[in-house]
Amino acid sequence: MSQRNPAISKGIDWSLVGIYLILVAIGLTAIFAATYKEGDPVIQSFLNFRTDYSKQFYFFVIGAVLALFILLTDSKFFAATANIGYLLGIIFLLVVFPLHSRIKGTESIIKLGAFNFQPAEFCKIFVALTLAKYLSRPETDFSKTRSQLIAAAIIFFPAALTLLQSETGLALVYLSFFIVMYREGLPSVILVAGFSVAALIVATLLFEKYTLALILTILMVMVVYFNRRQFKRRKTLLPKIIFIWVVCVGIQLYAVPFAFKHLLKGYQVERIYSTVGKDIPKEYEIAHAGESVRRSDSKKDPGYNVRQSKIAIGSGGVFGKGLLKATQTRYDFVPEQRTDFIFCTVGEGFGFTGSIVLLGIYIIMLLRIVTIAERQRSIFSRSYAYGVASVFFFHVAINIAMTVGLAPVIGIPLPFISYGGTSLLTFTILLFILIRLDADRQMVLR
Amino acid sequence: MPVFNQSRSRIIRLLFIVVFLVIAGQLFYLQIVSGKYRRMADENAILRKTIYPPRGLVFDRKKRAILNNTLTYDLMVTPSQAKGIDTAFFCRLMEIDTAEFRKRVVTAIIKNSSQKPSVFEASLSPQKFARIQENLWKFHNGFYLQERPIRSYPYNAGANIFGYLGEVDTNYLKKHAEEGYVSGDYAGMTGLEASYEKVLMGERGTQVLIKDNFNRIQGSYENGALDVEAVAGKNLYTSLDIDLQEYGEKLMSNKVGSIVAIDPKTGGIIAMVSSPTYNPGLLTGAERRKHFSELYIDARSPLLNRAVNASYSPGSTFKTLQALVGLQDGVITTKTTFSCSGAFYGCGSSKPMHCLDAGTYYLRTAITHSCNTYFANVMQRVINNPKFPNIDSSLRSWNNYMYAFGLGHKLGVDVPTEQSGNIPTPEFFNNPKRYGKGHWNFCTFRSVSIGQGEVNVTPLQVANEMAYIANKGWYIIPHIVDSIEGGDEFGLLEKYRKKNVPMEIPDSIFEAVHDGMQGVMEGGTGRGSKVEGITICGKTGTVENNAVIKGQLVKQPNHSFFCAFAPRENPKIAIMCVVENSGRYGGSYAAPITSLMIEKYINDTISAKRIAVEERMINTNLIPPLMMQEMRRMDSLKRNKETDNELKKELKIIKDTLQTEDNPTEGEIKSEKSKDSNLPFKGKGKRISSRDILDADRQRLLKNKNGLTRI
Repeated sequence: MSQRNPAISKGIDWSLVGIYLILVAIGLTAIFAATYKEGDPVIQSFLNFRTDYSKQFYFFVIGAVLALFILLTDSKFFAATANIGYLLGIIFLLVVFPLHSRIKGTESIIKLGAFNFQPAEFCKIFVALTLAKYLSRPETDFSKTRSQLIAAAIIFFPAALTLLQSETGLALVYLSFFIVMYREGLPSVILVAGFSVAALIVATLLFEKYTLALILTILMVMVVYFNRRQFKRRKTLLPKIIFIWVVCVGIQLYAVPFAFKHLLKGYQVERIYSTVGKDIPKEYEIAHAGESVRRSDSKKDPGYNVRQSKIAIGSGGVFGKGLLKATQTRYDFVPEQRTDFIFCTVGEGFGFTGSIVLLGIYIIMLLRIVTIAERQRSIFSRSYAYGVASVFFFHVAINIAMTVGLAPVIGIPLPFISYGGTSLLTFTILLFILIRLDADRQMVLR
Repeated sequence: MPVFNQSRSRIIRLLFIVVFLVIAGQLFYLQIVSGKYRRMADENAILRKTIYPPRGLVFDRKKRAILNNTLTYDLMVTPSQAKGIDTAFFCRLMEIDTAEFRKRVVTAIIKNSSQKPSVFEASLSPQKFARIQENLWKFHNGFYLQERPIRSYPYNAGANIFGYLGEVDTNYLKKHAEEGYVSGDYAGMTGLEASYEKVLMGERGTQVLIKDNFNRIQGSYENGALDVEAVAGKNLYTSLDIDLQEYGEKLMSNKVGSIVAIDPKTGGIIAMVSSPTYNPGLLTGAERRKHFSELYIDARSPLLNRAVNASYSPGSTFKTLQALVGLQDGVITTKTTFSCSGAFYGCGSSKPMHCLDAGTYYLRTAITHSCNTYFANVMQRVINNPKFPNIDSSLRSWNNYMYAFGLGHKLGVDVPTEQSGNIPTPEFFNNPKRYGKGHWNFCTFRSVSIGQGEVNVTPLQVANEMAYIANKGWYIIPHIVDSIEGGDEFGLLEKYRKKNVPMEIPDSIFEAVHDGMQGVMEGGTGRGSKVEGITICGKTGTVENNAVIKGQLVKQPNHSFFCAFAPRENPKIAIMCVVENSGRYGGSYAAPITSLMIEKYINDTISAKRIAVEERMINTNLIPPLMMQEMRRMDSLKRNKETDNELKKELKIIKDTLQTEDNPTEGEIKSEKSKDSNLPFKGKGKRISSRDILDADRQRLLKNKNGLTRI
């Protein structure tokens, strides 16, 4: 590598670049396998830009050019323009509302000529940069609640706008930035509380609500009983326990049903329930009875996508059926298999072995990014690196978990592999900014 | 910033790894532990299409195809994809109403689920086929046309020999569980189609196809590596002479009865006519069901194969066998004479048995002139033979002769529904319900000596008996199929390769009987049916019979019987004919018909002198009055539009009535007869049920029982 232009190549983490290229190659292969029909003229369609795999290839080329530009950019530029970028991102998100095109069930896309442009997707870059910028300010003391709230606001504002564009999945991605905040000193209690609430919500889905209330009460009584000796020493303990019990029962008896009835849409309720494998309770069904059903192209019952996806992956066996012999993905049994369900192609075509190899590549990439983050001298670079790791982690984990039936179906792409220009470019930019910052890790950015 | 948070990087790494391990665990479960997803994937994407091979053809002795295949088309529906078509237009094309449309779709769903194709209408008529084919693109997702080869009958003859194909029902599927039939398949229900189903059906093939999300076929799976070629059904080569078969059916038109002709040297059946018959083409194709129910309720019972499935008292044709027994037992010689003063008084004057011509007879003339008294005396001597300790053992000895001659048991012909007939045994008479032990003697059943009363035979048995006499002491089990293309894989023909020599009887005894039978044609009861240039040995029979009508025994017109073989030296054909309720003698109808058949078979043409006889036979209408009455009753039923309900009832009954017999090839001799199945006037319990008057009446008609008295 030393023969290359030292100005660009110096300090670049080639392992990440290598992983990037491998993943893009896997992605192109998978898209090819999912969309190729017997007898298609491969080379011809590749050149005339008709097929998905050729489009994806051209996006890769555009991404590579962008990556080159990023590597040529001064690393200070990113920190300097972070706030302006954030503002630009928000403007784009707002512009979408009057200008979005009518593409199936989403209000987040602007059509620019032949390309669909999705601000909600690439806004992540600006949020990651801005959050890093805020956390790295010398005057920010992240142990203060005020700072924590400001950081949360930076995340939630674009998330809320994305949610308004009916892109629940992309909005949820912003939750991953809590990992960055955790690394920078967010009290563990908040994360523990967050996880507890999540666990409670899942439990609400699984148990009948009064049964669950009874279980919670019994737990409370047991905790009180085992700690009875400590109440004298710690006066606030008993009220705290009772407060937690009240909050839990409140969430479980009132907040969750309220959210299911009034905040979530009918199809979302269906998807959530189909993930835990239960029927929707009558009261929610009645609450959503009047809605026009948005089932996009997932026909039949809400569990259809996931069932077909599980069948496709499950039928792959140990070594898979081979690239073009995968019956489920090749003959369109899995909806959205080029985009959100692209993992099925890998799972069916290359089996358990292929799936584990792909998971392995991702985990190597994530651990590598964390390692890179920890070797940064500047808080900006470190926070940004954690931001990238968090976003990738959330995308990979939730996307694959959703295809294997472990998470509800929220439409988010698999980084570098799912078909989609905006997502490929977004992830490319995210990664190469990190590589650029890492190349200058000896510098302290403010 | 504080460095102490660095430990959190480890927690974050741990979080990443744990989540990925959970996902890997789920992948391990889905892809390696659980086999169900692979199976579900196959169900999703793989279509196993059964390829039906064409059924085997049937050829006659001159290698002419007498049972062939032709193509028709079934309209298939896949209910889940038939939604959203222009139903009204579709119904107009199919000439049905929307209610019927819905009914058929629901039936299809029940049969094969809504994802799989089922038959919407089988064997489209040419007009419907043309209309549908032209417009099929409009219903392309839900409907398609499937080729189905159906049977065709180039000669329009032999319907009862070939039998017909029917859709298999649950009973059939249960019986043939291991043979790969599925609901909706067709299988042979009667006749050769049923007996040789195994070889005629061929081996089904499978084509493994890949389909997509919308059930559209995308090509073959793994380049057809898993496909199984269909193997065409094997052809059958029969001993039938289709010309003679057609000729026989022509001669028997407007008559009830049957003709069976056997090649005595091979046991091969040359012709097997059952009349009235039907056009076999009626039971293939689009209107199959309708025709079937029409034939089924037809008072003339055209679906009944009378040659094997009807039994009669043999009448005087039985005398040939009695002569063999008498000579072999030594109770008479060819020189023994008995005289008849007008009747047989051997059992006292109260129960005389009349004979035609008074006089003194020895064996040859007794056969020639069919003297009742002579054979009553012969059998009396056989039964009262002092060499036996009691009547049971002497009757048993007589039984053994009869079994040896092929009576009293199923012969094992390769056409199903064969009856065994009846030879009265000591047990039969000892039954307390009948006479009881010690309460019977020869005089009780003296009419058996001339082939009336308790003895029952099928036309096939009589023809076989002729072959036995013609061969002078052996026969081969009569059969239609001589050989199977590619070999007899299932051993179906083995029993037809063996000469049966049931007992050693010297040729001289047969010669004596032949003499008498030749005399029949030359100056006896069959003299009117002589054929110039062919030495025929024959025997007439005039069979008295009764029918049960409303519980009363009513005498019916006589059956006309004739059996023969020809030529006497080196016989080529053994034949029998019965014309039911013709009201005249054996020599009146059965003999001329038989002689015409013999002449046609041996000379290939009918001599000019006999054209008149031929025409008279063809044109005589001998449908029995009782049957005519029944037909008129059915017609009026039809006019009263009650037939609709009748048809439905009948169709339900069809299944259990026309089921093929469990084991048509059972050939063992049964000395023990079931207790009440042979009681007179009761009919066979198996065939008569209390279903409805109509059915029972017809059963009686078919089974009219034979009288107890003389010829």
